[in-house]
Amino acid sequence: MSTVELLPAPAPAPRQSVFQRMPRHRRAMLLSLGALLIVSVVRVFTEADDLTSSGTVSATIRVSTPILLAGLAGLWAERAGVVNIGIEGMMIVGSWLGGWAAWHWGSWAGIGIAMLGGVLVGLIHAVATVRFNVDHVVSGIAINILAAGTTEYLSIIAFKGQEGGGESQSPPGKKGFGSFDMPFLTGGNIGSWKTPDILGWIENKGIVLISDMAGIAKGFLSDLYLPTILALSLVPFTAWLLWRTRFGLRMRSSGESPQAGESLGVNIARVRYQALAVSGALAAFGGAYLSCVLTNTYRQGQTGGRGFIGLATTIFGNWTPFGVLRGAVLFGFPEALRLRSDDAVMALFWVGAILLAILSVRFFMKARVVPGVVSLGVAALCVYTYNVVDAVPQNLVAATPYALTLIVLGAARQQLRPPAHAGMPWRPGENH
Amino acid sequence: MVSDPAAEYAVVLEGIGKSFPGVRANYDIDLRVSKGTIHAIVGENGAGKSTLMKTLYGMHQPDEGTITVEGQRQTFKSPTDAIRAGIGMVHQHFMLADNLSVVENIILGDEPVGARGVLKMDEARARIHTLMESLGQHFDIDAPVGTLGIGQRQRVEILKVLFRGARILILDEPTAVLVPQEVDELFANVKRLVENGATVIFISHKLDEVLAVSDDITVIRQGTTVATTTPAQIDRRGLGQLMVGSELPDPSGRETAIGSEVVLDVRGLDVAGVQKGSKLALEDISLEVHSGEIVGIAGVEGNGQFEVCEAILGLRPIERGSISVEGTEVTDKETRDRLALGLSYIPFDRHREGLLMDAPLWENTYLGREDEPSMSSGPFILKRKIEADSREVIARFGVRTPSEQVPAFALSGGNQQKLIVGREMASNPKVLLAAHPTRGVDIGAQAAIWEELRTARDAGLGVLLISADLEELIGLSDRILVMFDGRITAHLDPDTATPELLGSYMTGEMQEAS
Amino acid sequence: MNKQKLQRMAVTSASSILAVFVALAICAVILLITGKDPIKAYSTLFGAITERNVQLDTLNRATPLFISAAAVAIGFKMNLFNIGVEGQMRVALLTTAVVGAAVKLPAPLHVLFCLVVAMAAGAAWSSIAAWLKVKRGVNEVISTIMLNFIALGVVAWAFDEFFRVESETESLLVKTKTLPESAWMPDIVDRRLNGMFIVALLVLLFFWILVWKTKFGFRLRASGANGGAARVTGVNPKRMIVIAMLISGALAGLVGMRSLLGDVHAYQNGLAEQQGFNGIAVALLGRNHPVGILFSGLLFGFLSAASGQLQLEDIPKEIVTIMQGIIVFAVVIINGAVKRYDEQRIQRKAAAELERQHEVVAA
Repeated sequence: MSTVELLPAPAPAPRQSVFQRMPRHRRAMLLSLGALLIVSVVRVFTEADDLTSSGTVSATIRVSTPILLAGLAGLWAERAGVVNIGIEGMMIVGSWLGGWAAWHWGSWAGIGIAMLGGVLVGLIHAVATVRFNVDHVVSGIAINILAAGTTEYLSIIAFKGQEGGGESQSPPGKKGFGSFDMPFLTGGNIGSWKTPDILGWIENKGIVLISDMAGIAKGFLSDLYLPTILALSLVPFTAWLLWRTRFGLRMRSSGESPQAGESLGVNIARVRYQALAVSGALAAFGGAYLSCVLTNTYRQGQTGGRGFIGLATTIFGNWTPFGVLRGAVLFGFPEALRLRSDDAVMALFWVGAILLAILSVRFFMKARVVPGVVSLGVAALCVYTYNVVDAVPQNLVAATPYALTLIVLGAARQQLRPPAHAGMPWRPGENH
Repeated sequence: MVSDPAAEYAVVLEGIGKSFPGVRANYDIDLRVSKGTIHAIVGENGAGKSTLMKTLYGMHQPDEGTITVEGQRQTFKSPTDAIRAGIGMVHQHFMLADNLSVVENIILGDEPVGARGVLKMDEARARIHTLMESLGQHFDIDAPVGTLGIGQRQRVEILKVLFRGARILILDEPTAVLVPQEVDELFANVKRLVENGATVIFISHKLDEVLAVSDDITVIRQGTTVATTTPAQIDRRGLGQLMVGSELPDPSGRETAIGSEVVLDVRGLDVAGVQKGSKLALEDISLEVHSGEIVGIAGVEGNGQFEVCEAILGLRPIERGSISVEGTEVTDKETRDRLALGLSYIPFDRHREGLLMDAPLWENTYLGREDEPSMSSGPFILKRKIEADSREVIARFGVRTPSEQVPAFALSGGNQQKLIVGREMASNPKVLLAAHPTRGVDIGAQAAIWEELRTARDAGLGVLLISADLEELIGLSDRILVMFDGRITAHLDPDTATPELLGSYMTGEMQEAS
Repeated sequence: MNKQKLQRMAVTSASSILAVFVALAICAVILLITGKDPIKAYSTLFGAITERNVQLDTLNRATPLFISAAAVAIGFKMNLFNIGVEGQMRVALLTTAVVGAAVKLPAPLHVLFCLVVAMAAGAAWSSIAAWLKVKRGVNEVISTIMLNFIALGVVAWAFDEFFRVESETESLLVKTKTLPESAWMPDIVDRRLNGMFIVALLVLLFFWILVWKTKFGFRLRASGANGGAARVTGVNPKRMIVIAMLISGALAGLVGMRSLLGDVHAYQNGLAEQQGFNGIAVALLGRNHPVGILFSGLLFGFLSAASGQLQLEDIPKEIVTIMQGIIVFAVVIINGAVKRYDEQRIQRKAAAELERQHEVVAA
């Protein structure tokens, strides 16, 4: 039989080390443990305790959640084959509706109504891209313009002159979300009895690695809001849906080759409508998280480009739910750290320097001199910066997620695998 | 014909008609396919075979006429309806998602699921393995489809159809992408299916295959069915006449001698593979084309023919070797300079590389000829001169169009191809790289293009002809080279070469000692 | 001009005009729902057209839109989507403000020098996206979005860190050092219409000649229409991407110059904000053609110039932003719907005409 292949066969795998041969989850564990050790050592000698404090972790989760939701919104759209540049606009709509509805009926109503609005905007994107075959990027841009204009207009109509509100701000929402702590582990209550805070006790001991782990665990288990848990649970749910269910298979086929699905009677248009409705709902949830959970008012410009960071996370996470989660945490961490203390942000330079030094050793071992020297140079620069600069300028911190995404796209594109048909024009019944 | 009760037929089409803007693709179609037979539908490119099969598969609705499947009148709104009625289609262009696994591709749209829509993958695998055994096939069904070869992909397509329990299979030009040996394997599979009770509708324009494999033959010409016959009642010649309404054109014929001048000289060419570290895409390719000579290259697609053209044109970096046009070394020259030296190119795919579909014809005939001094002044283009030139090309090469202002998409496939040939000839080239110059065009355009190639050759043009149509290759070429796996593996004389012999070299079964 | 082309032009202009009316209708509904009188709103809005101040302001506001739309459109012409005009403009603004203030030159030369610096800075920033696309295969939509935010952060940081000068009079507003008067772009109508308007018209003229009248433009359009076909006929696609991206970036550099050289004469935060983004909408409505851009730029300029009048009637002027958003949406949807119909019409017509010619020959 002939072995003609359309695609070139993958290059033979290079000789693998013990590390590369171990199962994926164990490798991930080892890697994160190593990273934690580095961070922990840096914490000790820079005395930046906030680096792994439960407060920072807790803040990271809160800051990362809207980014995560935006990233999942991007994932849902692109897995179904539609690029969604309009996430920012959908978030804006979500944050406005969240603020407005929370003011009238409380924060759960805020999130609920925001998600309904998001579904609507997602469907507008679907009508444009699926029904009328409009370029996905163009439709997304139009959504962003429209969302910004509409919310500005409606703010004046709805909020101006109301008590606590204004031209660009909603009055505060009714009752926010209570947060709760885990009994025993993080000092939550059982009935009226306040249990001891065991993790907090370990955290305060300052032991390398042990205290760091306790801090991180406490961060995950204390000060939790229900919407946060809901958002986080969407990660495994999306993964399950994508790879274990009929809907997921059809959605992936819509993003990989709509012609294939269509020729087998899959209603690709319907799949895309559904996926974009969910995408819009998720983005709007992310927006409402800002105006109903993180704060209790809508403010104009509140989303601050998080929709685009979300888009970056979709790419960064290689279009997988857990990858998106990782990206969201990575992008949210510096932001959360900055909220807590500038010193801790500076300690990140040491973390970066150590990671880069390890990277350069790996390059040298593979005899790749130029990238090795570059990483070593950047590592040295990090150390130098730590010693010279007092505080990282906020403007530059804000730009890092975007720069990181560009670097990943430029340097590791071979490892990224976007859905093959995402963003491409497609009309039902015209691709034969 | 005997008038059997309707239930004896798997499919009956009566009075089917279908029009598209500006084209009447089908009219008065009558087709009766008996159960448990292989029924061939033959017709030349553009005769309306594919339109008809799309109608039968529910991909569009007919304007008029009726469809009866196994005695039941049917109206198909979508492929889903056709699938439900037991019809399955193996498309000419595979409809597969490369990044999904074989199993996922097969079950898509008809997934075995449990509660809450959870896929039952084990059940799916078991069912597919059973089907594969009945066909005598074995390959890894959890591998991504992107890693499979052409033959395997086609079997995945067939498995898709069988998985849905189809009793009637439509195979749309299934042999177009296969080499002769793979074709035999396919036909063995098809016969097995029919023995198991399936009905197969087999679309082709290759007469020998049709006569070899089918029980009944229906001929379509210019949008309508003109005859139904059997292989016992008709021979190749008669079938060809039914198909085109006249004698089939013949590619062969030569009046002048081959020139002595070498117009294209390729020496020891190596081209790297796509991925770093993978094997070479081209290895030690050497060939020469004389003035007034047509050199044919045979080979299964993907064995380096595309890379040879790209390397000669300077569109792909080379590792080693040299290329000369009319004695001038061009190895380090840019594409545009090579074209200016008298190289021209009829590309593999006229949609992807040949035409600006939305642009008017005058822009299409100008494409690639921007540096011809008569049509520009300094950096500026002279639109009137370009339009006049375009009218000339259209007239000289018999492109059927109202004017040079219509966009290219409004032309039929044959006329689009004639326009490309015209454009490439208009600059009076010395060397023409012609890739599948008559692929997918009707007989009239095919004859016209062959005539153009022969005339130009007689006037001294050197042609490197790449074609999957082995008869065209044998008929037109003065010498034939076979490419396999990025190398030239045989030098053959068209007077003694047969399609079977070419096939053995093309699959790598035979090789000349180097 | 031939009939075919006229018909196609009529179809495109009709769909653009239809889009504007659809937007007006939808906005009327929004006004009604929110308790405002659409008739009053529209008569106020369009009544303003007779006021000389509004007319001049329209031209003034259209100036950056013409340039940014041309910057976007030249990329569109070869299927490159430069969403980064805003970022390129921002980098050019700070660079020009700083470099322009540091040199001494006679008046006309100084202005010219500033324009050149702005173009160079814009092109330099866009070259990052070009490099990423050509060398690393990174989609320009993603890279230019990211580069917009990076530009925002880096420019704000550099301004804060190195170039800000506390102003004595308005102590709250920080700016860079004021440009010497020799670098000011003179006004055509004092304080109403700046000379950059002429430059913007020249940019549109340049755009038209370059794309439709030169060999380079032909190759550019061919690359956009079918990159594969252009490539095999000797157009180097990577070089084309780089050139188009650099031209686009250079024009993007000019977008903010009306604000910088013609108005504020120093860089400050928020200067010329959104003018790069708005060009995308104008280019889409104008179908990437200079004449279309001229009309749509004037329309968008007018809408924002006249929107101030609405405030007097207690109607939020943001209704105009909604209108602009809906116009963009409507125009792309109508184009999508019309395109298929139009293609079928052309095919039918070509077939009919062939039939007729055939009959004539036969007779």
